[in-house]
Amino acid sequence: MNVIAEISRWAIPLLLLFIPVVAYLRKVPVYESFVAGAEDGFKTGVRILPFLIGMLVSIGVFVDSGALNIVSHWLQPLFELLGLDPNFAAIIPLAIMRPLSGSGALGVATQLINQHGPDSFIGRLASTLQGSTDTTFFVLTVYFGSVGIKKYRYALKLGLLADLVGLIVSVWIVSKTFY
Amino acid sequence: MVNLIWLLMLAIGIIVSALNGHIETVTVSAMKAAELGVEVAIELIGVMSLWLGLMRLAEEAGFVKGIARLFGPAVRRLFPSLRPDSPALGAIIMNLSANILGLGNAATPFGLKAMQELQKENQTPDVASPAMITFLALNTSCITLIPATIIGVRLKANSANPTEIIGTTIVATGCAMSVAIIVDYLIRHRRKK
Repeated sequence: MNVIAEISRWAIPLLLLFIPVVAYLRKVPVYESFVAGAEDGFKTGVRILPFLIGMLVSIGVFVDSGALNIVSHWLQPLFELLGLDPNFAAIIPLAIMRPLSGSGALGVATQLINQHGPDSFIGRLASTLQGSTDTTFFVLTVYFGSVGIKKYRYALKLGLLADLVGLIVSVWIVSKTFY
Repeated sequence: MVNLIWLLMLAIGIIVSALNGHIETVTVSAMKAAELGVEVAIELIGVMSLWLGLMRLAEEAGFVKGIARLFGPAVRRLFPSLRPDSPALGAIIMNLSANILGLGNAATPFGLKAMQELQKENQTPDVASPAMITFLALNTSCITLIPATIIGVRLKANSANPTEIIGTTIVATGCAMSVAIIVDYLIRHRRKK
């Protein structure tokens, strides 16, 4: 565990040292090549801007309106139908939020952890869920948008399926490990 | 599907705000979100430029190809449509490594770079290629070994053992990733026939 944390801490400084030094030894004009590569950063940033704004506006209006709580409330009977503890339903807002927005999901997770306690079932479940999947919807729109892809084919369904599996396994593994 | 979800979120948000009698929320959050989009993009330009500059050095020094060759056998099996020495493989591996180490702001530039490389080999420029879909499935379900942010939140909330969720997180994300890879593989094979 500590080893991995150390690797994470050192990874960037070592890359910043190692790559330019070896490139220099291999006769690459390091500064000029760096600048030439960096130029693409600006272009890419500008290209993804409209996709970022489009997504953030729609997600922002949805979340700030309080619709998240209402949709979660609708989904609550589904939990009971599946024979799950109705207390688990507290996780629904996070499950909906997770694929949409990273910062939004972190906000919901933080609130759940503080409200139910970090070592409660919901607290542990929220922590696991937050760490285990990424913002599928958001990543897809921005990544595809950046290269001009309009037809996603089965990409979104596949990503959301993975999120659903992550949710189900999270509930299962947290119950199994801690209770 | 994206168009519908986008519209639904926006429309439901507006209707709920109207029913709750605070329609002005819509105006405020729409404007704020648009500004946030610019902030995120501008911040991203800085890190993107840094990493893409470094990436160019790595490419010219022959690293990216080397990495692609090293991890090639495993990764290539997931991307059978790519050439074995495709520059996309290097960027994909860098993106996944950054994800695993939890270096979020390094992962995005490599990811976008990978998409650009994949797009070069895509024969239908406005339709997602199978390789892109595989890459995004991996990317969005990828294992982070240390979920640092959430451990920080738990620490602040006075958890008795903030890191106890690392194991459960790895199991959950591992299962999600395996299912994504398997289902993606099955879809690709069914479509080929």
